[in-house]
Amino acid sequence: MTRLDVDIEFRYEAGRQGPPHGESLTHAAGVLCRWSDPVGEARVTVLLGASGSGKTTVLRCLAGLEHPQRGHIRFGAHTWFDAAARVNLPPDRRDLGVLFQDYALFPHLTVEQNVAFAAPRFVGGARGPAQRARVSELVDVFRLRGLERRLPRQLSGGQQQRVALARAVFRRPKLLLLDEPLSALDRPTREEVREDLRTIVRTLDIPTYIVSHDRADALTLADRIVLLDEGRIIQSGTTREVFDRPATPAAARLVGVDSVVLGRIASVERGIARVEVAGQQVSVEAPAPPGHEAALCIRAEDVAIARHAPVDISATNRWRAIVRSEVPEGPFVRVGLDCGFRLAALVTRDAWQRLALRPGDEAWAIVKAATIRALPRD
Amino acid sequence: MDWVAVRLTLQLAALTTLVLAVAGLPLAYWLATTRWAWRPVVDAAVAVPLLLPPTVLGFYFLMATGPDSAAGRVYARVAEGTIPFSFTGVLLASVLYNLPFAVRPFASGFAAVDRRLIEAARCLGASRLRTFVTVVLPLSWPAVLAGLVLAFAHTVGEFGVVLMVGGNIPGVTRTIALAIYDDVQALDYASANEASAVLLVFAVSVLAATYALQRRTLPL
Repeated sequence: MTRLDVDIEFRYEAGRQGPPHGESLTHAAGVLCRWSDPVGEARVTVLLGASGSGKTTVLRCLAGLEHPQRGHIRFGAHTWFDAAARVNLPPDRRDLGVLFQDYALFPHLTVEQNVAFAAPRFVGGARGPAQRARVSELVDVFRLRGLERRLPRQLSGGQQQRVALARAVFRRPKLLLLDEPLSALDRPTREEVREDLRTIVRTLDIPTYIVSHDRADALTLADRIVLLDEGRIIQSGTTREVFDRPATPAAARLVGVDSVVLGRIASVERGIARVEVAGQQVSVEAPAPPGHEAALCIRAEDVAIARHAPVDISATNRWRAIVRSEVPEGPFVRVGLDCGFRLAALVTRDAWQRLALRPGDEAWAIVKAATIRALPRD
Repeated sequence: MDWVAVRLTLQLAALTTLVLAVAGLPLAYWLATTRWAWRPVVDAAVAVPLLLPPTVLGFYFLMATGPDSAAGRVYARVAEGTIPFSFTGVLLASVLYNLPFAVRPFASGFAAVDRRLIEAARCLGASRLRTFVTVVLPLSWPAVLAGLVLAFAHTVGEFGVVLMVGGNIPGVTRTIALAIYDDVQALDYASANEASAVLLVFAVSVLAATYALQRRTLPL
């Protein structure tokens, strides 16, 4: 099985404000990273970190755009970089596709020419039947039909991203690197394009690394997550492992949402999905058809607690739970509940005193379906 | 008009521009992209003809290429005659003297190309050369053209260096600028006026064309 084997130390040059491109660097003085990943079966890994965590630098080192001071990068049998042996393959010899944060489309070339740029001996367009067929295939896959002769500035953000992706995969690279693929888009477009991107990376069948600061990207796109903080890896594992059990407080902050619950959609009726999670049923706006996996994000402030089973109430999610913990938080109390999955609730001190519950007691958790954010995964 | 001088001048300007295109484009690209610590020194060496009197450059050029110099001895073995007072000598000196007029516009044009586009091209499998040809040049051609035009025009109007290095040999090193000087010395104001007017009109049109080029916005 092909492995990506990374062990790098990168120090930002004195007098240079952080990495030359991308995020401004606030705390980390460099990047110190080591991981080894099987990438043989196509998988999507999200490098998740706050801005300044060095994630873009890691990606640039992988692409060969930055030169670490120490360490090595090996991809399968190929050594891309080895400081000790003075090996540093230039980006054009690493056989990878890169999607840049602002897409970096060539402004003087049409959509078609941008897509065909990676063709051998490219001068101004696709040459020969094989190249033309590949362009045509990608134009279909990335829904660019009718836009072939346009210039990048005549495209919307989502269209630009699809052109950049088509361009990156033209020569069927062995590895795909996406740098903050959604951050250049405004919010409504982002949600839409994220859906698209999920379908696309699944169908491409190329191992993919995605750099992102947005946990929604990780939940939607990732098979595996690598958490980066101050230039170091603080946790890595499957999406479920990392979101269910953040290893450190820093990891928990990064993973963010108070409760993330992963489950399978059992049925969908009138737009509302029933998601089965650890023996409980959760009703949410359907993110995908039945049979698919979904990640449910529940904010603590949206969870209400009752002593007895609530009746005559509009909220559709009512789960029997055991109180596990209570932690004061300003005028509120953060209550840890176990409903078969962990759930955090934020209630006022008064309300908590009225309920007179303590750890070990049985209670009911109530969540309106409309407040749960459901993200599709698979 | 001294048509021999006109032909010689155009020949010198065309060859100087050609040499600067071949040698100046890579030099400018290197200057625009290198992170080397000593780059300012190279920048200064390229730009110094802007400040030096042509006599200083001419003097050192004569010293460095005279028959007794190392370069002069090598030249004597492969060719007839000497570097000074020959067309070759004037051409070489003219290339050196015009370096900033070509390389500085080239380099500022290249530096204005978004680095991400260059990185994107490299990540798409393009070599440095292919990236230069398919991305950098198409996005900076107004600057390149401006540099070539300026170098050509400046060579046409050159006086001091040609006089120092070439002497004033009709048909070999006597350009229009030198012919005007000779006309004035000989009190032939009619001829001097004719040639001067032609040079003046030429210079103004070239500068106007260059400024028009610089105003041209790149397709971004």
